[in-house]
Amino acid sequence: MEKILDVKNLNVDFSTYNGTVHAIRGVDFHLNSGETLAIVGESGSGKSVTVRTVLQLMAKNSKISKGEILYHDEDLLKKSEKEMDDIRGNKISMIFQDPMTSLDPTMTIGKQVAEPLLIHNKVSKSDALKRAEEVLRLVGIPNPKARMKDYPHQFSGGQRQRIVIAIAIVNYPEILIADEPTTALDVTVQAQIIDLLKELQQKIGTSIIFITHDLGVVAGIADRVAVMYAGKLVEYGNVDEIFYNPQHPYTWGLLDSMPTLDTDDQNRLNSIPGTPPNLLNPPKGDAFAPRNAYAMEIDEEEQPPFFKVSKTHYAATWLLHPDAPKVEPPKSIQERFEKYQEMLGGSVK
Amino acid sequence: MTKYILRRILYLFLTLFIIASITFFLMKMLPGTPFTNQNRLSPEQLAIVKAQYGLDQPVFIQYLRYMGGLFQGNLGTSFQFNNEPVTQLIGQRLAPSMQIGAQAMIVGTVLGILLGAVAAIRKNTWVDTLATFISILGLSIPSFVLAVLLQFYLAYKWQIYPVALWDNFQSSVLPTLALAALPLGNVARFMRTEMVDVMSSDYIELAKSKGNSNWQVVTKHALRNSLIPVVTIIGPMAVSVMTGSMVVENIFSIPGIGEQFVKSITTNDYPTIMGLTIFYSFLLVLVILIVDILYGLIDPRIRLGNGGKE
Repeated sequence: MEKILDVKNLNVDFSTYNGTVHAIRGVDFHLNSGETLAIVGESGSGKSVTVRTVLQLMAKNSKISKGEILYHDEDLLKKSEKEMDDIRGNKISMIFQDPMTSLDPTMTIGKQVAEPLLIHNKVSKSDALKRAEEVLRLVGIPNPKARMKDYPHQFSGGQRQRIVIAIAIVNYPEILIADEPTTALDVTVQAQIIDLLKELQQKIGTSIIFITHDLGVVAGIADRVAVMYAGKLVEYGNVDEIFYNPQHPYTWGLLDSMPTLDTDDQNRLNSIPGTPPNLLNPPKGDAFAPRNAYAMEIDEEEQPPFFKVSKTHYAATWLLHPDAPKVEPPKSIQERFEKYQEMLGGSVK
Repeated sequence: MTKYILRRILYLFLTLFIIASITFFLMKMLPGTPFTNQNRLSPEQLAIVKAQYGLDQPVFIQYLRYMGGLFQGNLGTSFQFNNEPVTQLIGQRLAPSMQIGAQAMIVGTVLGILLGAVAAIRKNTWVDTLATFISILGLSIPSFVLAVLLQFYLAYKWQIYPVALWDNFQSSVLPTLALAALPLGNVARFMRTEMVDVMSSDYIELAKSKGNSNWQVVTKHALRNSLIPVVTIIGPMAVSVMTGSMVVENIFSIPGIGEQFVKSITTNDYPTIMGLTIFYSFLLVLVILIVDILYGLIDPRIRLGNGGKE
């Protein structure tokens, strides 16, 4: 599989009145062509900032202090503003979180969908509008021909998110960055949008980076998963490896706090105690250590490197060090391990 | 939309009727009579003159008579200005007032929008500070002070424009500038606040993610959305330009209606006061109507008539 995007040692700082916030602290990940990579993490973990650096849609007070973002082996961080304009909405495009505020309230949706076509291609206005109509039909807007002249306020939230998706895919981008595209929608509509994204990926063969804090959504769409905490990746691997063979205590915590079919009203959902560290002064050791029931002395002293679990699966926790004591993960995680063994057994057969 | 406009025009006339009625009775409460030489008139002579103008009748009868004339488009004749019909008086003096009023509104609004937009785009830089400084100056210096300053520097010291004269476009520059300062400051302030808001909104980020250059983002998406609240203040601003013009016209000796309005009040020239009040009110309600229609054109969410329902 071809790597179309390779992010290396990305560091992003925000300058604020209180000082410099080190929001992203050395993130590495890559995206293979045709796959869906999910980046999960809680609010403030830096997942949105990370993907925004790819398109360089960042707040004015932020700065990429270190790193490379290789797109087809060319560093996007070395591109001029003009060159980036040619990439945005054309080769790489983005789906935003809140469909209620993402559309220009004073422009018809036909024009908004046709806009990226007119910016990046030499097409006539009428051709662009015709194409926009096709794409609106593709994303499931009923009667698109008539609705092209309507304004955003005349659509429901789910329909608006379909329109936002139409805008993102109208130029058949190679990479689609979806920044929590289902968070603002209710659950039934969420499922429809996920199905739509999967269907579109099949049709136009785009690669997707999917940002979410909802592990349930991840299971349905991702090929690979990267777990992010306090501006760093803590674990990444194939979707089965993350769900059924998680190694990092933070991933355990996330999975343990997810309701399953067995959850009933007798047991409370688990949660991870504490709050993420203040990134004005990032901790010297493992940022998760203060909230980690399995933390060891070394976690306070030194950041854990990535340990290899399999060819595709890595986790940054000292627990994987050969000298580390064996620990017993939460019960629900142990059950996942058992399922994983069954799955492996099954695939061997 | 047509139905809506027709209904609004009906309301417009209703508003004018109410304003005319209130003004009529207020005016009758003013002390004195329209006759400057009344001290030299004997009571009998005064009674004759009053009867001649119908001023001997009870106020309510006078009111009915006046309103009757008004419905036929008759504003009466002036007591002071050579017994000229009031309509003619207004007609003659309308052009200069309208010219500087319109010029001031256009210059003030356009420059204000530009200044506010530039300040918002260059937020927290020296450009922003300068623009804020200019708009605060425009807001806080009264038009008559500015008028005198302009006269002193541009007309008296550097002799670029005439001091107080009314013939060609040259002579309208200083009064226009004096009147434009207020709308400029107002619009710039509103525009900056609104545009700062708009520039940080999600749809601007989405517009940028489509591949629009920064310039295109501003011209295609940010400007129109920022204009919506600015349109709202155009109405009240038109009023302040109108009232401001009364003083400014006097300073620059412009033969406009503002100057005449002031004179007619000090001399109790009833028909002229009434005529000009009705005329000013008409302009004002008309501006408000136009603003409301503009609103609908700019913002589809409040398009009237059929846009109300979603």
